[in-house]
Amino acid sequence: MLLAPTPPGVAPCLPTTLTWRDTLKRWSLRWGFARNDSIVPAGLYRIGSPTSISPVLATCNYRMTVDLVRGDLAGVDAWLLVLETYGVNVWCAAGKGTFSTDELVRRIYGVHLAEIVDHERIILPQLGAAGVAAQTVRELTGYRVIWGPIRSADLRAFLAAEQKASPRMRAITFTFAERMALAPIELVGAFRWIWTVLILVALAVLGASIGARAFVPEAALMALFPATLAYVLGAIVGGAVVPAALPWLPFRAFSAKSAVAGVLVAVAALLALPGMLGMMSPWAWAAVILGVTAFASYVGVNFTGCTPYTSPSGVERELRSAIPLQAAALALSLVFWTVAWATQIGG
Amino acid sequence: MQGLRYIEDAVTLGYDAEKCTGCQICTIVCPHGVFAMGADKRATIVDRGACMECGACALNCAWGAISVKPGVGCAEAIIHSWIYGGEPTCGCSTPGAPASAGAGSSCCGGGPVLPRELTPQDGAASAGCGCGSAVGDDAEQAPGAA
Repeated sequence: MLLAPTPPGVAPCLPTTLTWRDTLKRWSLRWGFARNDSIVPAGLYRIGSPTSISPVLATCNYRMTVDLVRGDLAGVDAWLLVLETYGVNVWCAAGKGTFSTDELVRRIYGVHLAEIVDHERIILPQLGAAGVAAQTVRELTGYRVIWGPIRSADLRAFLAAEQKASPRMRAITFTFAERMALAPIELVGAFRWIWTVLILVALAVLGASIGARAFVPEAALMALFPATLAYVLGAIVGGAVVPAALPWLPFRAFSAKSAVAGVLVAVAALLALPGMLGMMSPWAWAAVILGVTAFASYVGVNFTGCTPYTSPSGVERELRSAIPLQAAALALSLVFWTVAWATQIGG
Repeated sequence: MQGLRYIEDAVTLGYDAEKCTGCQICTIVCPHGVFAMGADKRATIVDRGACMECGACALNCAWGAISVKPGVGCAEAIIHSWIYGGEPTCGCSTPGAPASAGAGSSCCGGGPVLPRELTPQDGAASAGCGCGSAVGDDAEQAPGAA
């Protein structure tokens, strides 16, 4: 048998007080550091001093999730069944099929839950319902799945209310704070393509050389600042401005919301940097605005994966029109850059 | 939810009220309040446009009254599936997938891919209370762990 038998009474205890190490870990995960070291071993744990009548709660084995759950269970005596989701949160793991009926059934038997508790109820996070079929769990194990609240912060209130979730506990939110918690990882992701700045610099050399009809290596230095500026603006708009301003940006498609934010920020930045006015031709202005918009739109549309309200059919539909437009805007931007550098030197 | 609405007319949600037995599970699992109980003690769709196609209702409807094409509403996953084929998935931490597939993925914590036999065994940590130790630190020295 794959799973080692667990005699009753040896489930390790999870402390409900979080230390500075846990806080540090949470921040590092938010910023994308050491995400591969974010797994809690699956299995049964004790919270407080549970007995055979204490509630059983299930969760995933992503370190941040387990930390939040145990912190929110301070003062509660319960069993925590951690499922193997390979370090992925409940919502994503349910969608990917690792927070699943199979895994739950396997764990219930694997930890010999029936020998540990005298009841047949197991509380699951509501967002796990996309991966777990409660009726199948009952058929296969006899355990009744109780759908708990969406947020672990509501667990104590839920347990106190005879395991009944209020409508507020059942409704998903996407508040400013919740959106901004996701911005760091988006920003870090957006800077993956920083090498594209080198392409712009190369284009500057090419364009300037065409204009001067001679090789102009100095153009590289000249181009570095505007190219970096355009890149950084696009990344910040897509990775931070869009999450922050999501409800106030027009349109429903994320690519369109992000494009609007991109144009606004690019124009504002160009106007705010008086030096740029004399330094750059209208071609370069157009190139910066188009480039920032295209990049911001691409980074921003990826934020769909962070939200709890975008449907795959909707994302696919918007991508079908957005990707060609983004590519066209980027191509046009590159043409404008080249013309800008060619005219600056040659004209 | 705070006035945030997404593209609504692409939703693939289908519902056959004839099959509904009034168990209310769909009204419980849906985080967007798409279903509500009607006067005839059957569920009705009250906010179809809010559906994000997570599939929780269809999976938990024991009577097969609900259908939806479930998936992740994530641009990165969909682009990934266009390029590499297959169903949209963020690629990270899927058993058997290359560990690099999800590097930098925004939508989920990118954990490493551990073969099943290498994962720590079920909570079989050293006997006694492990309070005070870092989470999971001692679980790997479990007696009986493979």
